[in-house]
Amino acid sequence: MTPPAIDLRSIIPELVIAATAMATMVGGLFLPAGRQHPLRWLAALGTVVALGTTLAAGSSSSPAFAGMYVRDTLTRVLQATALVAVLLAQWLSGDYVERMRLDIGEYHALVLVAALGAMLMAASSDLIMLFLGLETLSIPLYVLAAFARTDPRSQEAGLKYFLLGAFGTAFFLYGIALLFGATGSTGFQALAEQAHAPKTFFRAGVALLTIGLAFKAAVVPFHFWAPDVYEGAPLPTTAYMSVIAKVGAFAAFVRVYMVALAALAAQWSTALAAISVLTMIVGNVAALRQTSIKRLLAYSSIAHAGFILTGVVAGSPAGASAVAFYLLAYTFMTLGAFGVVLMLHRRGEEADRIADLTGLAWRAPALGGAMTLFMVSLAGLPPTAGFLAKFYVFTAALDAGQTGVAVFGVLTSVVSAYYYLRVAYTMFTGQPSEDVGFAGGRWVTAALVAASAGVLVLGIFPSRVTAFVQQVGQVLR
Amino acid sequence: MPVLSILIFLPVAAAIVVVCIDRRKTDALYGVGLAGTLAVLALSAVVFFRFDPNQAALQFVQRTAWIPSAGVSYYVGVDGISLPLMMLTTVIMPLALLSAWGSIADRVKEFVLSMLVLETALLGTFLSADLVLFYVFWEAVLIPMYFIIGLWGGPRRSYAAIKFILYTMAGSALMLVAIITLYLHSGAQPGERTFDLIRLGRLPVAMPLQAWLFGAFALAFAIKVPVWPLHTWLPDAHVEAPTAGSVVLAAVLLKMGTYGFLRFLLPLFPQAALQFAPLLSVLAIVGILYGGIVSWAQPDVKRLVAMSSVSHLGLVTLGAFALTVPAVQGSLLQMVNHGISTGGLFLIVGVLYDRTHSRQLDDYGGVAALMPRLAPIALIVVLSSLALPGTNGFVGEFLILLGTFQTNPAYAALASSGVILSAVYLLWMYQRVMQGPVAVKERARMTDLTRREQWLFIPLIALIFWIGVYPSPLLRRSEASVRALVEQVTSHQSPVTSYRP
Repeated sequence: MTPPAIDLRSIIPELVIAATAMATMVGGLFLPAGRQHPLRWLAALGTVVALGTTLAAGSSSSPAFAGMYVRDTLTRVLQATALVAVLLAQWLSGDYVERMRLDIGEYHALVLVAALGAMLMAASSDLIMLFLGLETLSIPLYVLAAFARTDPRSQEAGLKYFLLGAFGTAFFLYGIALLFGATGSTGFQALAEQAHAPKTFFRAGVALLTIGLAFKAAVVPFHFWAPDVYEGAPLPTTAYMSVIAKVGAFAAFVRVYMVALAALAAQWSTALAAISVLTMIVGNVAALRQTSIKRLLAYSSIAHAGFILTGVVAGSPAGASAVAFYLLAYTFMTLGAFGVVLMLHRRGEEADRIADLTGLAWRAPALGGAMTLFMVSLAGLPPTAGFLAKFYVFTAALDAGQTGVAVFGVLTSVVSAYYYLRVAYTMFTGQPSEDVGFAGGRWVTAALVAASAGVLVLGIFPSRVTAFVQQVGQVLR
Repeated sequence: MPVLSILIFLPVAAAIVVVCIDRRKTDALYGVGLAGTLAVLALSAVVFFRFDPNQAALQFVQRTAWIPSAGVSYYVGVDGISLPLMMLTTVIMPLALLSAWGSIADRVKEFVLSMLVLETALLGTFLSADLVLFYVFWEAVLIPMYFIIGLWGGPRRSYAAIKFILYTMAGSALMLVAIITLYLHSGAQPGERTFDLIRLGRLPVAMPLQAWLFGAFALAFAIKVPVWPLHTWLPDAHVEAPTAGSVVLAAVLLKMGTYGFLRFLLPLFPQAALQFAPLLSVLAIVGILYGGIVSWAQPDVKRLVAMSSVSHLGLVTLGAFALTVPAVQGSLLQMVNHGISTGGLFLIVGVLYDRTHSRQLDDYGGVAALMPRLAPIALIVVLSSLALPGTNGFVGEFLILLGTFQTNPAYAALASSGVILSAVYLLWMYQRVMQGPVAVKERARMTDLTRREQWLFIPLIALIFWIGVYPSPLLRRSEASVRALVEQVTSHQSPVTSYRP
């Protein structure tokens, strides 16, 4: 059976990314080790083209590929977010990958394939498609975590991530099997119909599905892998993983809960509300005493998963748009924060201790200013993207009557200010260590400028982006 | 011409210029900062004189959609309640910068930058009429202040800065929930909802909910004021902050809380305000007395001045919740007065500290003999702070006590004893520092005021006497708005619960 041409046209962005990934991989095989620089340009070009086609392509709410794939407004917004994340991550990581003598072609190919996975998850309208997307996202990330082959920490991180990730995927798959048993179909359409009168099987399937997604999103109590993996993986991988896995996982959360299981909202919203509160508390409290910036950002990413989940709990169109806005804001601020750390090195190694940042703002004021901006945004203080992102999710939660979740959300945000501001403060006090040096390049600088601009524009002139992400709400109506 | 927007964002424009200046040229950095704040002052003076005193509503209004889909607008305006605080901010900021010119010499660029950003955030807080816009500016104040305390402060600056920011953020976090809840109540459909302060003021909110929302707002403001027993962040922040930071903190930042009472708490939740006014009044009185007694016992002169703020702002709070026109007007005037006199006291402490590097009262004595120009200035500021007739403090305190007496004589009587306490500890402080035998160890360092330092005090002393003798330009401008506010709130008073002596 050949798919009709119209279907192929609807997946142009995915095709572009897949083609670029393959071209980069093949290029990496044939170009000599020292001359692989053009591959970075190729990867960036492919991402820009894919982003352009995503934005230019229209959206239709009717599924393609025999009900497997749908290019609706949700797909469009979340794919654009994923591609922005990829683009920034490529700029951030390029210099590091060259400096550490990692394989440039493979690295960029894997990054692109992971992005393809997240894009497919955003576009899925069938559990099989969602699973395919999840695996396409996860497997390159396992490899990327272990990408610094000679570093035992990286090997350990890769193995740990793989084992626990496979565990989560197994739950996910088992959930699909149960749901198939209950409905006789894997399509979201069938799920939505059965959700009105769910059988026990059906509920069990949904529960297992949740566990699988919670693993990917690093939501409490399935978050234990995150700090170790984040710490061990090479810095650019950590940065990329923290963002792209969230985009993919929360795309799935929106697809499964808010769209397919809307009829069951009364039941899952309570469970997710509890998980969300727990995640915000554990993430923010555990982050308080970290000394490694990677572990701090790992717990920060757990905490933010809790905040994003607040939007899902709302279950409303406003909640879905809030999730999309949050993911975009999170992309800019987290990648920005990682970018600042990527600009530094400690005797050629990663400068991943918070103490390494001591006094650096006086040697590089712009870097200090940028880090302050990202930390202020992560803490959710205005006038930054982080504030409006939280404002939107809490508004959606309160509108849905989830006052408790919103109250816990704002209070844990206050807790988070303590550790985020400590990082910014460290950069401005004390004597910088002799061991720490700058390893910036034009690409990282460009990424930092773009991330700072993103944080500020989303915080101060958000109306256009807000209007863009609000399309997401249409999918729920 | 959008005067208020220019006013709010002019400091940021100056900050951008500062960014472009070489960090070694400290005089140029301070010069640009000072020029920027003086330009803001000039512009605010224009607003002050063109302000129509007969109008109660917002003037110089500018309103454009900011985030249309979420009902948020960029909505600024000034009325009789925000006008005095706008003026206070624009007067204090150049003085604070000038005070730092001689004493802060390292990392000047970042310091001037922080001060300018702080001014924008403060002006935005006082001039916003949209709740989200207000909240954005309100929270934005914290970041520059955090760095001012944390980077240029005393030995325990790191602790004081984080305590300051966590304390105030914890209070305002729940206010954000309350703001959103209020918004959700303002209409059934997203398109009908609003964050517009004026429209929300007309929105009836049912009682249990109104009390909760009142509580959330009141907590945020009470921490900022600070109302006893939420004041524990204040002494630390003040003692550790550099002089310029202390001046802005005492003179302007604390007023954000008392301003919040008048601008948001009373008009948005009138029934709850009437119900909880006795509670807040009692807390205010406890603060007046407690602050006074604790100040009396302080061996540290900066801590003494800081604790005296708790006492003085208790009086301001009492006036705000007395809900009579004279008391509220007095409360508003006293916010300005406290800014001038306590700002002045912190400047004096800063001048002394620059010379001796000590804040202990025991290390001083007989300074008047060594610094003959500082002594009369300090006396005037102290007398203004303890509200001697003829100075600004008297007018404000008198109005508050008069207005409070109309509704509850007992409150007024208790508050008056706080006034006596303030005379005790302030005169005692003056006596121990300025008079008696010379007890300062290094006499050579005790040079008299420089020309720059004199210019710090000349404007303040002019204002002390101007408001003390002829307060009507300020009172006339605030009267219409205050009257409208008091009428709006008391109209909700049911005849059964109302208390009239």
